[in-house]
Amino acid sequence: MASEANSSAGDGLKLPEIKFTKLFIDGCFVDAVSGKTFESRDPRNGEVIANIAAGDKEDVDLAVKAAREAFDHGKWPRMSGSERGRIMMKYADLIEQHAEELAALECLDAGKLFSVNKTKDVPVAWNVVRYYAGAADKIHGETLKLSGEFQGYTLREPIGVVGHIIPWNFPIIMFFFKVAPALAAGCTMLVKPAEQTPLTALYCAHLAKQAGLPDGVLNVVTGFGATAGAAIASHMDVDKVSFTGSTEVGRLVMEAAARSNLKSVSLELGGKSPVIICDDADIDMAGEICVAGSRVYVQEGIYDEFVRKIAESCKSWIVGDPFCPHVHQGPQVDRKQFEKVLRYIDHGKREGATILTGGKACGETGFYIEPTIFTDVKENMLIAQDEIFGPVMSLMKFKTIEEAIERANDTRYGLAAGIVTKDINRANRLSRSIRAGIIWINCYLEFENDCPFGGYKMSGFGRDNGMHALEKYLQVKSVVIPIYGSPWR
Amino acid sequence: MGCGQANINFTHSATKYGIVGPSMGRHVWGHFALYDRCHRPSSPRGAEDLAREVVIYSSSASAPHFQSHSHSHFRALTLVRSVPAIKAMAARRLACSLLSRSRAACSPSLSRSVFGGDRIHGSASGVPRGLTTATAIEEPIQPPVQVNHTQLLINGQFVDSASGRTFPTLDPRTGEPIAHVAEGDVEDVNRAVIAARKAFDGGPWPKMTGYQRSCILYRFADLIEKHNDEIAALETWDNGKPYEQAAKAEVPTLARLMRYYAGWADKIHGLIVPADSPHHVQVLHEPIGVAGQIIPWNFPLLMFAWKVGPALACGNTIVLKTAEQTPLSALLVSKLFHEAGLPDGVLNVISGFGPTAGAALASHMDVDKLAFTGSTDTGKIVLELAARSNLKPVTLELGGKSPIIVMDDADIDQAVEVAHFALFFNQGQCCCAGSRTFVHERVYDEFVEKSKARALKRVVGDPFRKGVEQGPQIDEEQFSKILHYIKSGVDSGATLVTGGDRIGSKGYYIQPTIFSDVEDKMKIAKEEIFGPVQSILKFKDVNEVIQRANTTRYGLAAGVFTHNLNAANTFMRALRAGTVWINCYDVFDAAIPFGGYKMSGNGREKGIDSLKNYLQVKAVVTPLKNPAWL
Repeated sequence: MASEANSSAGDGLKLPEIKFTKLFIDGCFVDAVSGKTFESRDPRNGEVIANIAAGDKEDVDLAVKAAREAFDHGKWPRMSGSERGRIMMKYADLIEQHAEELAALECLDAGKLFSVNKTKDVPVAWNVVRYYAGAADKIHGETLKLSGEFQGYTLREPIGVVGHIIPWNFPIIMFFFKVAPALAAGCTMLVKPAEQTPLTALYCAHLAKQAGLPDGVLNVVTGFGATAGAAIASHMDVDKVSFTGSTEVGRLVMEAAARSNLKSVSLELGGKSPVIICDDADIDMAGEICVAGSRVYVQEGIYDEFVRKIAESCKSWIVGDPFCPHVHQGPQVDRKQFEKVLRYIDHGKREGATILTGGKACGETGFYIEPTIFTDVKENMLIAQDEIFGPVMSLMKFKTIEEAIERANDTRYGLAAGIVTKDINRANRLSRSIRAGIIWINCYLEFENDCPFGGYKMSGFGRDNGMHALEKYLQVKSVVIPIYGSPWR
Repeated sequence: MGCGQANINFTHSATKYGIVGPSMGRHVWGHFALYDRCHRPSSPRGAEDLAREVVIYSSSASAPHFQSHSHSHFRALTLVRSVPAIKAMAARRLACSLLSRSRAACSPSLSRSVFGGDRIHGSASGVPRGLTTATAIEEPIQPPVQVNHTQLLINGQFVDSASGRTFPTLDPRTGEPIAHVAEGDVEDVNRAVIAARKAFDGGPWPKMTGYQRSCILYRFADLIEKHNDEIAALETWDNGKPYEQAAKAEVPTLARLMRYYAGWADKIHGLIVPADSPHHVQVLHEPIGVAGQIIPWNFPLLMFAWKVGPALACGNTIVLKTAEQTPLSALLVSKLFHEAGLPDGVLNVISGFGPTAGAALASHMDVDKLAFTGSTDTGKIVLELAARSNLKPVTLELGGKSPIIVMDDADIDQAVEVAHFALFFNQGQCCCAGSRTFVHERVYDEFVEKSKARALKRVVGDPFRKGVEQGPQIDEEQFSKILHYIKSGVDSGATLVTGGDRIGSKGYYIQPTIFSDVEDKMKIAKEEIFGPVQSILKFKDVNEVIQRANTTRYGLAAGVFTHNLNAANTFMRALRAGTVWINCYDVFDAAIPFGGYKMSGNGREKGIDSLKNYLQVKAVVTPLKNPAWL
C-alpha cells in the first residue's frame, strides 16, 4: 500500500480561518462560565489548531434556560410548519453557500478527506435540512375510530427542549441528522458536539442565526462527555436526549436520564455489522462493499479468490493527508483512538488470527494506520466481537446460508448489515433474518434522507433520517370528545 | 445531491408576501385572512373609497327592493362590441356545453334575450343617479404589466396553434380584448400529448429522484415570489379579481403550494404489507403517466397549483388546458417553471375552448389520467368522454351549493363577516361559496340587518384600485346568468334586501346582493349562481337544518357557527360535505384536503390525499424462502 502520511498539508490549499471557538447560547457566542478552554488538535500532526470554550454544568444550565424560554414562550414552536420550513430552507442555502469552508474545517478538525467532505458530507448536511424543511408542514395527527359515541383524534406536538450529544466521526452530518428533524418538529435544543470536533457545529450555529432561527432555539455547548454531556443527560429541564456514540456511553446517558426526570432517550450506538458475501456474488462489487464491514463473511466457494483480490486491491489503497484529493484514507481522529485500534490489532494477532495485509501504524507523525485485514477469525475472538472503529476488517468463511444468518446475528449489536448476492430468494431471506436496523443489498453505506437509520439490540433505539426521525421529537396527544347524534361512525 | 450538482442556487428571502406573522398558524389561509382584515371598515386604507361606496349604497338602499337599468344599457353594450369580441363571446357561451359543437347555436342576441321582455321589474327612475355613474365605471386603470406570452406552450416552446387561429381574451372591466391568444384544438392537444408522452416514457423527469424534482419545484416557488407583482397584475387583468387579493394572497399561495408539494416529492411512501403466507409484499407508488388537466377561470393560478403541484411532485408529465377566459397567467408562470429547470415536455399548456381542446384531452387515448375543475354539468361530460375513450381515471372538483349554519349562540358579528366573505369573496365566483346561509330564527333578523349593512359597505370597483374588494364578474355570460338568477329570486318571492343590479354600463360589475326569506325550493337556493348573491334562510332546530342543508345534489363544503361543542360535533359528522369549516370559512391551507361529496365531484386536492390522484399503486409479491419471521 502506498503511504503519503508525511506529505505536507494540501498543495496550495488555504487552511480555513477558525472564527468560532466559544459556546453558542441564546444567539450569542460566549465564554464558558469557568473561563476554561480545551485544545482542538489537527489529527494529521497532533498540533493545536484552536482553543475551544470548555462548557460544563453551568453552561448547560444557561443553554437549557435559553432553550426552555424559546420553547415555552418563543415563536419557534408557535410558528406554522411552513414558516419553520422557510427558515430551514434558508439555513440549507447558507450551508450550501459555505460548503468549501465547512468542508475544510471538517477536514482540519476530524481528519476526514477534504474532497469527500466537500462532495458528500457537507451536501448531505444541506440536503437533510431541505428534506426536513419540507417535512415541517407534514406532521399529521390522525382521527380515530372509537368504539363508543366518541370523536377521537391525535395531535403530534413537539416534545420540548432536546439535548443532542453527537460524535466526532461524521460531525456535520450527525449535527444535522439530529438538529434538522428536531427543528422541523418545533423543538428547541442544545447540541454538545464531540470534544474532538467542535468546529463545524459552532460554524453551523452561526449560520442558523443568519438564517433567521430565533435566539435560544439552537444552542451549542462544546465540552466533554463527563462534564457537559452528563449535565445534559441528567438535566431536569431537558425533555429528551438524543445520543450518537459508543454503546458504553449510551448506557451512561440512559442511566442519567433514568435517575433524573425519566426524559425520553434515543440512542444510535456502536455496531459490528456483518457483510455476507454469497458464492454467486459479483466479486468486484463484494470487494468494494466489504471495505465498510467489520465482519465480512465469505461463502467457501469464492473465499480463496476473494482473499486474493482483496489483498491485491489493498495495495493501491492510499493512506495520507486528507486534504490530498487522491488519498483514500486519512488519519484516525486522535491519539486515544489510534492507540486503541493498534491494541486491537495486537490482540487479534495474539488470539491467532492471521494478518493478510497491514497491521501497523504508518508514518512517523499523526494517527495513520495501515488498512488491516485479518483472516482465520473466530466469533469468540475480541476483534470479531468489539467495535474497533478503525481500518481493521475480519474475514470469515461460511458454508450455508443458515450458518451465515446464525453467525451474523451472534452479536450484541444490530446496526446494519450488507448482503452481496444475485439470488432474489437469498436476498429476501437474509434481509428478513438478520437483526439489524438497515440492510444494504449489493450496496453499502447508502444513506438517504428518506431512509431511516438506527439500531436493533444494543446498537440503540430510535431512528435518524426519514419521517421516522420526527417521532423522536414529537409527543402524541390523544383527544377524546363525546359525540352525540352522529349519523355514522 | 441533485441540488448541488445541478448548481441550483436557492435564495429564499422572507419576502413581504411569503411569510406572514404568527396569524398564519391560527388562520390557515393566512393571506386571505390578511386580505379580509385589511378590508374591514375600520381599515384606514381605502377609507375614502369606502365612504364613497357607503354613500352610493345607502342611497340605493333607500329605494326599496329591486332597481335596474333599462335593458337598453345592455343592448348598447352589445352593440359597441368589436366584432372579435362578439365572436369570442359566442365561443365562450358555446364552451358551456362541451357536447354542443355547433357555433351557430349561439349568437350575440342571446345576451339580449336573457334580459328581454319584462325580465326585471322595477324602473330606471328608481335608480339613484349616483349609482349608474358609480366608481366602477371610471376610466379603467392601466395594468402595470405587459402580455408577453400568447402562444401555446408545447415541449418547452411557445408555438402558434396548428390552425393558426387565435381568440381574444377579454378584460372583464370593459369587455375589450387584452390580447389574442393561440387557440388550441385537437391537433394541438395531440402534439402536446406526444410531447408529454415522450417526456414521461423517455425523458429525465420521472427518472429523477424525488429530491431532484423537489429542488426544481422549490426554485419555481422562488421565481414566483420574485415575479409576484407581475403575475398578480396579469391575473387581475384577465380575471377581474382585486389586485390586492391576487398580489397578497393568491400568488403567494401559489408559491406556498409549490413548496408544499416540493416537500412531498421525496416523501412518497408505499407500505410493506403483511402477508398470510411466506411472501414479501411491497407496495410501490408510481407516477400514473401523462395527466390531462382542465382548470377553470375563477382562480387560474391556484387551480394551476392544485393540479400541477401534486402531478409533478409524483413524477407525471402534464397537458394543461386553461380556461378560455383566463389563459394568460398560466403561460407566464409555466415559462418561469422552465427557467427553474423543468425539462421540456413535462408541462404543456394549451389555451382553448372546452368543446374542442378540452374534449380532445378528455377523450385522448394516450392521456393516462384526467383532472377537471369546473361545473357539474361539464364534469359529467368529461367523465363520459373518459369512459368512452380509454377509461382514464378522472378526478372532478365541481360545483356546490354550500350551506352555512348560524346557530343562535354564535358570535353574530363574526358570523356575519365570515358569511359575507364566504359568499362575496372573488365576486362570488367560488365553487365552495357559502351560498345558502341558514340562520337560527332567534337571531335571523339581526343577522339579516347586519349582513345588509356589511354588503352596503362592500367596495366594488376597478380591481386595480387600492381598497377594492370586488371587481367585475368574469364575462358577459356569467354576468347575464347572475342577473337572471337575481330576477328569479325576486319572481319567486324572496325579499331583496340589498343590491340586485349591475353597476355602471361598462364591464361586468354587479351590486353585492342579498335575499332574505329564501326557501329551499326556490331556484336561487338550489342552483349554483356563481355570483355576488347571498341567500339567507331561516331554521328552527338542528335536525331540521341538517336535513335541509343536506338536501342538495352538491356536497362541497359547509360552514357552522356555534360555541356549542356538541352542536359543532354533531354538524361536523352529519353534514355531507368535503369540508366543514367551524367558526371560520374559506380556510385553504396547502395541507387541507379539498373536494366534494355527491355531485360536487370526486377525489381530493391539496394535502397528502391529492397525491393519490397522480399515483399508480403497484403491489410486488415474491416468495420468502425460510425467513426467520414474517
